[in-house]
Amino acid sequence: MAAFRFGLALAGLTLCSPALAQGGIDKADTAWIAVSTILVLLMTPALALFYAGMVRRQNVLSTMLHSFMLMGIGSIVWLGLGFTLAFGKSNGWLGGFEHVLGQNLSGSAPYGSQTIPSLLFFLFQMMFAVITPALISGAVAERMKFGAYVVFVTLWLLLVYSPVAGWVWNSDGWLFKLGTLDFAGGTVVHLASGVAALAASVALGRRRALSHGEPILPNNLTMTLLGAGLLWIGWIGFNAGSALAIDGISMVAFTATQIGAAPGMLGWLVCEKVRTGKPTALGAASGLVAGLVGVTPAAGFVTASGGLAIGFLAGVACCIAVTWKNRLGYDDALDVVGVHGVGGALGAVLTGVFASPLANPAVNDALAKGRASLILTQAIGVVTVGVYSFLLTLGILKVVGALAGGLRAEAEAEDTGLDLALHGESGYNL
Amino acid sequence: MVKIEAMIRPQRLEEVEAALRELSVGGMTVTEVRGMGQQRGVTHTYRGSTYTVNLVPKLKLEIVVPEERAEEVVDAIVQAARTGEVGDGKVFVIPVDAAVRIRTGERGPAAL
Repeated sequence: MAAFRFGLALAGLTLCSPALAQGGIDKADTAWIAVSTILVLLMTPALALFYAGMVRRQNVLSTMLHSFMLMGIGSIVWLGLGFTLAFGKSNGWLGGFEHVLGQNLSGSAPYGSQTIPSLLFFLFQMMFAVITPALISGAVAERMKFGAYVVFVTLWLLLVYSPVAGWVWNSDGWLFKLGTLDFAGGTVVHLASGVAALAASVALGRRRALSHGEPILPNNLTMTLLGAGLLWIGWIGFNAGSALAIDGISMVAFTATQIGAAPGMLGWLVCEKVRTGKPTALGAASGLVAGLVGVTPAAGFVTASGGLAIGFLAGVACCIAVTWKNRLGYDDALDVVGVHGVGGALGAVLTGVFASPLANPAVNDALAKGRASLILTQAIGVVTVGVYSFLLTLGILKVVGALAGGLRAEAEAEDTGLDLALHGESGYNL
Repeated sequence: MVKIEAMIRPQRLEEVEAALRELSVGGMTVTEVRGMGQQRGVTHTYRGSTYTVNLVPKLKLEIVVPEERAEEVVDAIVQAARTGEVGDGKVFVIPVDAAVRIRTGERGPAAL
């Protein structure tokens, strides 16, 4: 991604376009990243639709609000402190404070050796910071106190997302220097949020309806399919925009993204046909998201056939992984662990397997010590980010639980539905 | 007068309606209901998690007729609603004490 190119440029390697070498602003790059930024912003309301369709009707608004809240909180936290912790001058673990409240960011000068204004890089990254904590909300749906959720995502953004983004994408980050490849956020976005979702599911406990054996029927899966379709569209900006230029790498990422989503969807449907006999529309929506998650870390490093393989494997693996929760007993309501955790981890490792110099010359350097070494480096990224996110999430929830007098809504509120009990409104008054 | 309450499969409504029209039955109220009987619930599968919904969707028909017409109307409903599979539903016949047509104030069978 961005910092990846930035780092290579600093190291004197040969990825830079002439414009980049001169440190100037390229208008075509700027226009494309501005569009990509808007596309990534679209993903958060799309996620709200994707999630909200799957919950029971008495929780449809509280679930959508969990995503929308990040457009409010995430934007401000990223401006205030998040960006600088991730992309300020880093000691390897945490960035400095030079960009607090947007200081030292410019509409005309680039960040490092990029070819887009630093304010645009800040905004593009902001949209990632907005959607990542929102992904976790699928795990806590239908039972978390609203105030506790707000404090939790704020702290998570500052203590988990921002440092991890810096480790992987800041050119001084320790995982970046180790050579971990994460083009658009397989580790930073999906693995980090998927593992946090597991920690949150465990910390919150199971929904009361599950213990009663009450069927939990989605209120409107047509919304979920619309959300998945919009996520696919937004994801093009997420991945192809992560080249931070409109160039060959960007087109490689665009291709891998499209070609990753397609077999993800088909793979999940095949898996369902084999396992239950019935392919489902929800499975198609879930599978395309799984394929996109899988291909995210790989997008700018793999050929189309690499994207095809990763997308298919992610679709099948996530279809199997979403049933683990029933056996292990954690209540990951909307399968954030199964889709983003498993898809993110798998995609990160498969990036090591399928990264090809044919797609991106930078892969030659990544493969300098051999492919096994690259796969190991990818696995180190997965394990360290996974463990860090899991432990920090548990710790944050412990503190938030103590502050808020518990993480869960009252039993009666949960039975009534959070929309009416916590927000005094309901999504459907028919 | 009697009220005939029939719980039927939603997909048999058209046939029942046609049969009742044939008999020139004056009016009917239809409500979407959920219920359980001998028919087993419906299994839903979402991402591999299965849920059995024990209450299955049915339609409740309410028809008030003069007592002497009850038998033929019940027969018509039973014939039109039957598929022969478990889950075809039930018909109940209940005495009705009074009836009033709100517009005219007519009472008794004339109000039907």
